[in-house]
Amino acid sequence: MGQFLLVTIQVDMDDRIAIQLQEDLTTMIEKTHARGVLIDISALEIVDSFIGRMISNISAMSRILDAGTVLVGMQPAVAITLVELGLTLQGVMTALNVERGMAMLTASQDSKNGRAKK
Amino acid sequence: MVGPKSELALVREHDVVFARQAIRSAARQLGFSIVDQTKLVTAASELARNAVVHGGGGTVVWETVAENGRQGLRLTFNDSGPGIEDTKLAMKDGWTTGTGLGMGLPGARRLVNDFELVSQPGVGTTVIITRWK
Repeated sequence: MGQFLLVTIQVDMDDRIAIQLQEDLTTMIEKTHARGVLIDISALEIVDSFIGRMISNISAMSRILDAGTVLVGMQPAVAITLVELGLTLQGVMTALNVERGMAMLTASQDSKNGRAKK
Repeated sequence: MVGPKSELALVREHDVVFARQAIRSAARQLGFSIVDQTKLVTAASELARNAVVHGGGGTVVWETVAENGRQGLRLTFNDSGPGIEDTKLAMKDGWTTGTGLGMGLPGARRLVNDFELVSQPGVGTTVIITRWK
């Protein structure tokens, strides 16, 4: 994975585990100096307001730690439900799968490096 | 017409997960589409969390209902918590007691066909939701 962290959520998380994940992940970003985080939620059958908030938090925290976050693999039924629920996950980048998510992070890294050179 | 009832206690945080799984299984058995299952389970997750976090614990009862030739799943969430002073205000998007996004109740209402909220301060809160096939 090189400079990116891949998080695959494979269990139906209760709120405590969701908060734990948020804390563990920010610690890992700091420890590994990761430049990006991919969160694979393809196994998640629902995203409610609490899990949605956790995803937004992770995205905001990692941005402050200078790492991008891409949410990948959301099931279509989850996406439809999220919109109706009223959650828009503002500021969170999304991609269809891990490969595309990784390409997204790499591209944003490259553009940052490009700007730095000038 | 009402089918047999099932009940689950909502006391600990993880009971919210058990409730999601039980409702998912009931909705699947009844032949709901994946999108309808997901909407109902998401609404159930919001209301189950409310019962645990704000209601000090409660129960969820689910039953199959039939009306005018259509079938549905009805969920009743009950708690004997502090209740809601202003239920109209609680149904507004973004209104919160401070710990959440204020999305649970109004969001849950948008995800189901029928939604009924009855709350009495000092007595408790009951939310009844139904999703029809």
